[in-house]
Amino acid sequence: MTPLARLLEAALFASARPIPSDTLSQLDPESTPAAVAAALDEIRERYDNEGHGVELVAVSDGWQILTRPEYTEAIERAQLAARPQRLSGAALETLAIVAYRQPIGRMEIEDIRGVGAGAILKSLQERGLVDVVGRGEGMGRPLLYGTTPLFLEHFALRHLGELPRADELTVALRPALPQAS
Amino acid sequence: MTAVEVRDDERSAGQPEDEVQHGFIVELPEFSGPLDLLLSLIRDEQVDIYDIPIARIAEQFLARIHGMAIDDAADYLEMAARLLRIKAQMLLPRPEGMEAWEDPRAELVRRLLEYQQVREVVDVLERLGDDRRNRFARSYVQPQVEQIDRDDRPFAATLADLFAAVDRVLRQAKRPLVHDVIPRALDVDGAMKSIRAVMALRARARWGDIVSRDAEPWQILSVLLALLELAKSGELRIVQPKPFASMELSGDTVS
Repeated sequence: MTPLARLLEAALFASARPIPSDTLSQLDPESTPAAVAAALDEIRERYDNEGHGVELVAVSDGWQILTRPEYTEAIERAQLAARPQRLSGAALETLAIVAYRQPIGRMEIEDIRGVGAGAILKSLQERGLVDVVGRGEGMGRPLLYGTTPLFLEHFALRHLGELPRADELTVALRPALPQAS
Repeated sequence: MTAVEVRDDERSAGQPEDEVQHGFIVELPEFSGPLDLLLSLIRDEQVDIYDIPIARIAEQFLARIHGMAIDDAADYLEMAARLLRIKAQMLLPRPEGMEAWEDPRAELVRRLLEYQQVREVVDVLERLGDDRRNRFARSYVQPQVEQIDRDDRPFAATLADLFAAVDRVLRQAKRPLVHDVIPRALDVDGAMKSIRAVMALRARARWGDIVSRDAEPWQILSVLLALLELAKSGELRIVQPKPFASMELSGDTVS
């Protein structure tokens, strides 16, 4: 591997969180963004082609070394690491609405979901998946919520644009189109 | 319906920590809200969402929520009431020949379609989240050394913290008292003249002899500064005979 690729690999190994691209560029002041991109490609190809237990994944404007899914169970069985809890359906619904409609207030979320959202918003905020991004103009200047970089990390997204566009969603619910029940 | 009841029992027996976490939020195991339940009924009954047989669906909806702890299910009850109202509106005779008849189900259909979109995004998020859950990142334990220079770190607060702080402060704030401040120059020279005049007449004087009782603060300050000025130049001596006694001024010190 090139010296730059080795440096980046070391930094990626040392970090628990994805490292933003510009931080990676700063590791070697003489490197160019193109050289960093090439070095990242080199690392990724090595991990993929040489049969490594980890892979290089692009997440939320950065890069992160993650273990491959096939080893998850063995690692968890040995209690070396534990998978985080799954989010509840209600939490996922709330996240989905915030992701597509942000900045959005609590009332709007409740209108769409048909149930109260206060407690779920609070717990999502505590988990760092959504945060207050501003205040609305309406009565009482309601708090407006948006997704955080941690949201992208949680779903291994690079940016919100990776979610399906609203017009790509199939909304037809006619019996002619069988729905998974 | 029995199935719903059984699952409900399972949930309360099996996952007590879930209830603690979500407080008052009641969630049937398979439904995350009344719209979810409604969508599931529409699917099960294989009906056209654009032409919902509202009477049948309302009846099914009521049957399904019957097994729930009714006290906690206000949102489901609200939906049930909405369905019954739509059902009643559908029974009203339609004005003949009028184009502008508005289907009472239209708003419900719009909400259901919107909610269905959300459910589809949830499926995507669930898949992505599961995929990410199955990969471990390095678990880095923050070394304690970090805490040493904690004071040097820039103050960190989220926007929510800021809004909360502003609200807290504004709630406590009283109406501001507006003062008009009129600048008044001190007249030290004038005070020195009047002290000299008093001291020319008497050998000793006290504070009360040189400041009138109704003196304004600026006059008192002028006299004080004048006294200190005179004492500094040696024209005047200030003596306190014993602790806590009044100061005595005497003018006969020089020469």
